[in-house]
Amino acid sequence: MTDALAEAHVLATDPIPDLPFAIAGRTFRSRLMVGTGKYRSNDEMVRAIAASGAEVVTVAVRRVDLDRTKDEGMLYHLDPQHYFLLANTAGCFTADDAIRYARLARAAGFNEWVKLEVIGDQATLLPDAAATIEATRVLAAEGFKVMAYTNDDLISALRLEDAGAVAVMPLASPIGSGLGMLNPHAIRAIKQRLSCAVIVDAGVGTASDACIVMEQGVDGILMNTGIAAADDPIRMAFAMRAATDAGRLAYLAGRMPRREVAVPSSPIAGMLGS
Amino acid sequence: MASAPLATAYSLTVNGRPHVVAEGTTLAQLLSELQLDPRMVVVERNREILRDRDQFETLTLHAGDTLELVHFVGGG
Repeated sequence: MTDALAEAHVLATDPIPDLPFAIAGRTFRSRLMVGTGKYRSNDEMVRAIAASGAEVVTVAVRRVDLDRTKDEGMLYHLDPQHYFLLANTAGCFTADDAIRYARLARAAGFNEWVKLEVIGDQATLLPDAAATIEATRVLAAEGFKVMAYTNDDLISALRLEDAGAVAVMPLASPIGSGLGMLNPHAIRAIKQRLSCAVIVDAGVGTASDACIVMEQGVDGILMNTGIAAADDPIRMAFAMRAATDAGRLAYLAGRMPRREVAVPSSPIAGMLGS
Repeated sequence: MASAPLATAYSLTVNGRPHVVAEGTTLAQLLSELQLDPRMVVVERNREILRDRDQFETLTLHAGDTLELVHFVGGG
């Protein structure tokens, strides 16, 4: 066997050749982060999350339902030793509310990270950038590692990084819409200009969406409905995992230039004479 | 028919709803009554988060206390 052939055999079974994925000094094993909402059952959620290969798993903070204490919290289903629980402030419409939810989440005792969301509008669920920046400043000063959900807007993203966010999370498209990435140019501009991690959050509908997001060079991707609302969430979780890896690898590989005209792949020389 | 002497009842607000407990009830007793595992909930009393779970056993509730009992649920 030639050296090249031997190497090819090794490459076929290698893990994906990539740099470690780290945020604020902590290394994570997967660039795909997943939510835990909207599953048809807890069993389906547990299996889909395992299939996704994700380490970071988001959860929401809510009142215990005192009428149905058998409807157990997420900790009865996901092992905090195995998953990195990232609490969100979903549903908060003011900086003060989001700060309160973040503090409650930290008191659960797992970590000091928060996926900060301050929603500005009920109909679109688009983020309130000004309130998110304000809350980021307060929480970062309290030692939180803030991952801030925001618009695909460069200036908001820059302000969030200035305010102390360890990751900025621009949306691909509105939460739960499944529309995929609406503005790849804006996402690339954010990635190019920020030093902190850029994780695209929200709007991914299917595997190709995830792949295209990762091809922009962002550090990671977070999704929930794209998996949970699929007909078969477990299969879709596998697909999202493969697509995230594929998009990341394609970005690292560097795509060929787009051309308006065809260029043959096979040699022109050596064609048979007529 | 003789009735047992009643302990003074305290009225609290728990997760937005009125809730009555006997005088001297501790937070740990309330959680037990509600069948909640203290390790699985975060308690906020009158807007102050009670971070030290070891204090739940000795912390007595007061009339008019507003408690929020929260936990992690599915979310994105």
